[in-house]
Amino acid sequence: MKRILLIVVLTISMAMLTGRVLAQEVSKAQIKGLDEQVQEIKKDVLGISSELALLEEKLLYPSNTQISVFVSFADEEGFRLDAMDITLDGQEVMHHVYTARELDSLRNGGVQRIYTGNIRTGDHLLEVSFLGKSILGGVYQKNASSKITKGVKPKIVEIKVAGQGFGDAIEFKER
Amino acid sequence: MQRFVFLLIIAASTGTMSLFTTDVKASSDVFFGESIFYANQGEYFDAISRLDTELGQYYGLDEPGLDSLHFLIDNAQFSIGDFELYYRMHQRAGRAIKSVIEGNVEPVVRNKAIYRLAKILLQKNQPINALHAIERIKGEIPEYIRDDIAYIKAVILMVNGRPTDAIEILSGLQGSKSHGGFAAYNLGIALLQLGKDAEGIAQLDKAGTSSGSDEGTKSIRDKSNLALGYKLLESGEPGLAMKYLYRVRLDGAFSNRALLGAGWAEIALKRYDRALVPWTMLSKRNVTDRAVQEVKLGVPFAYGKLGLHGKAAILYGQALESFDQELTKLDASIKSIQDGKFLKALAREELKKDSNWVIKLRDLPEAPETHYLMHLMASHDFQESLQNYFDLEEMRKRLLAWERDIKSYQEMVNIRREYYKPLLPVVEKQFQLLDSRMRLRIEQRDNLENKLQSMLIAPRPKFLAIVSERIYGDRVARLEARVKSMRKDSELYQRVKRLRGVLNWDISTQYHERLTQAFKRLRELDGVVADLKETYRSFVRTRQAATQSYEGYDAILNTLSIKVKDSQERIKAAMLGQGHMLESMAINELDKRRKRIEGDQVKARFALAESYDRAQKAQLDAEFKKSAEKTADQAEKQAEKQLKEMSKDDVVDKKSVKEEMK
Repeated sequence: MKRILLIVVLTISMAMLTGRVLAQEVSKAQIKGLDEQVQEIKKDVLGISSELALLEEKLLYPSNTQISVFVSFADEEGFRLDAMDITLDGQEVMHHVYTARELDSLRNGGVQRIYTGNIRTGDHLLEVSFLGKSILGGVYQKNASSKITKGVKPKIVEIKVAGQGFGDAIEFKER
Repeated sequence: MQRFVFLLIIAASTGTMSLFTTDVKASSDVFFGESIFYANQGEYFDAISRLDTELGQYYGLDEPGLDSLHFLIDNAQFSIGDFELYYRMHQRAGRAIKSVIEGNVEPVVRNKAIYRLAKILLQKNQPINALHAIERIKGEIPEYIRDDIAYIKAVILMVNGRPTDAIEILSGLQGSKSHGGFAAYNLGIALLQLGKDAEGIAQLDKAGTSSGSDEGTKSIRDKSNLALGYKLLESGEPGLAMKYLYRVRLDGAFSNRALLGAGWAEIALKRYDRALVPWTMLSKRNVTDRAVQEVKLGVPFAYGKLGLHGKAAILYGQALESFDQELTKLDASIKSIQDGKFLKALAREELKKDSNWVIKLRDLPEAPETHYLMHLMASHDFQESLQNYFDLEEMRKRLLAWERDIKSYQEMVNIRREYYKPLLPVVEKQFQLLDSRMRLRIEQRDNLENKLQSMLIAPRPKFLAIVSERIYGDRVARLEARVKSMRKDSELYQRVKRLRGVLNWDISTQYHERLTQAFKRLRELDGVVADLKETYRSFVRTRQAATQSYEGYDAILNTLSIKVKDSQERIKAAMLGQGHMLESMAINELDKRRKRIEGDQVKARFALAESYDRAQKAQLDAEFKKSAEKTADQAEKQAEKQLKEMSKDDVVDKKSVKEEMK
């Protein structure tokens, strides 16, 4: 009896000395199972995201007042964009400073939604100014404005920017 | 070997696939372009969510052909599969890509899709399916992925045990800018797999001396030289192995293993003193590295072989001390993981922004020793699990934000309802009054037009009499009634008749002018009516917008709220499971390292004892020898002394004998 007790005490004290309980081995099947579970969650959360995006658009930016401004680069932008300001009817609605990742993305065909807001139907003045660096390292700054007409449908304006010698520095496209 | 190849696939693919190069300018549809904007920045959740929404709206259109996405739809479908692949949604990505492959698409798009599918299948460890997929590529292949496809095909063939076919492709990729280095290395490996050792060695030798100063090329050179060195070491050619092992850069990722191998090669050639050169250098490096730990025993072993047992015993002692410290560190690390600090550290945002975040992790207070986990952290399973954990954490944060947003929207809807609901019936009543008046006016206008139109066919001049003419006409009619009974030649009768004649003359002669004027006025009225109708429509829209601003949201918001809560619960459970899995993987890895160190410790103890014995024996031998020499020396001196005394005695004796004789 004493011997059994001694073994038990020794076992417990050994476990305490080592101070750890070994983790269970992780099998490939467990990894796969959890991965599939995570994929299912992703699918559902993406579904919520899409539903919420549509709801937000309807609730916050109804089509009869919605205006969205997008920024894209011309094929050869030839400069480095630093910041952009968007003014609507004389009121600044957006000031955006670009990160290196955003610039890379724009250079590779990405289109940035820079502003979404609400305006009344009718004519409005959209002014855009940007600040950047030219190829030679100098300050490259441009301003442009365009009269836009808001109708019943959502107004979409694309601003295409380009560097010196690559056509218009700022080109407005209404969609 | 397969794992070796697999690691190379990942290394190769991450370098070439970070940006979404498309054949069609996505910006012709700004919403598609917007999803590309996020995907290019690695924000795949936003990219998928936006493109999903856009595709959903596109398919819901009555005339999708008029939408700007129509001309990009194949590309968009393909891209969503691509984004899902990068977001590790392999099941959905596979389905999306399969639908592109089976759809009526251009060969270029189909081939790109097959390439992506084959990559997914390879990553999911389904090499046979990957092979079936990649073999379906036919026709035109976009230039920018031509080498990618060839490379992945070669890897798939190698994994499927078809090195002969892989060799053919890899040989053609030797000049490739993006895959040349990987192809050269894999070609060597494929040749070795085939048993063509001489050719394989020659190929790896070539890969190990390839030109280029970029980090990728340098790494491939090191990897080739290391693989070749170990291959030769295993084949019993340590002399040749050394040539390649010494080629590996001293500051590269493979240098520790190269230094270790170089030492073993010297040992194999019994050049113990020369083995000490790489091993001493290696022994001063980070002790958490397995090669460094191995060399902690190697250096004293070499000293022992050189007969310097004392030095060896000291070094074994130092190794034991170092192993003790590492075991303490490992125990603390295991405890830190068990206390949940590893997962907390992993989830820190500031770390994720740093490319060396795994290294930085160890600097955090109470975080585990991540150097021991580097190997594990580089493994595919751990990376996938870790990324899943990060994704779950990111989704958890999004859901928290959405939960707040939904509550705000519910409040917003209630405020709108409270504002508009009492207001709208009053507005509605006024609107109905205005509406009936407006309808009446429009009806009047329509009647007027009908009359004018009929007057074009049958002129009715009286209809166009002006107000004064009508008044005068009435007065003339009254006068006519009064003069009715008079004689027709009476002056009064004639005057009234003249008056009627003047009135009729004016109305009749000005009829055409008045009709033209009436039409002109009608057109002017049309303009006013059009404005009225627009105001009417605008009012209807505003009234509708006011109603729509609060009606029909409750059910959607409640459903979304339930979905958010449900997802939060599922994420909580999945994070627990995923976290536990990561902790288990880390603990298992640390435990493996612990066991190895414990094994090293046992070896070190035995070696220390042996060295100590040998050193002691050597010392005893030396002391014995010294003492024996001393004793011998003393004995000799004693003998000499005795001899001298004896010879002196002998002389004395001779003298005494002579004296006695005298």
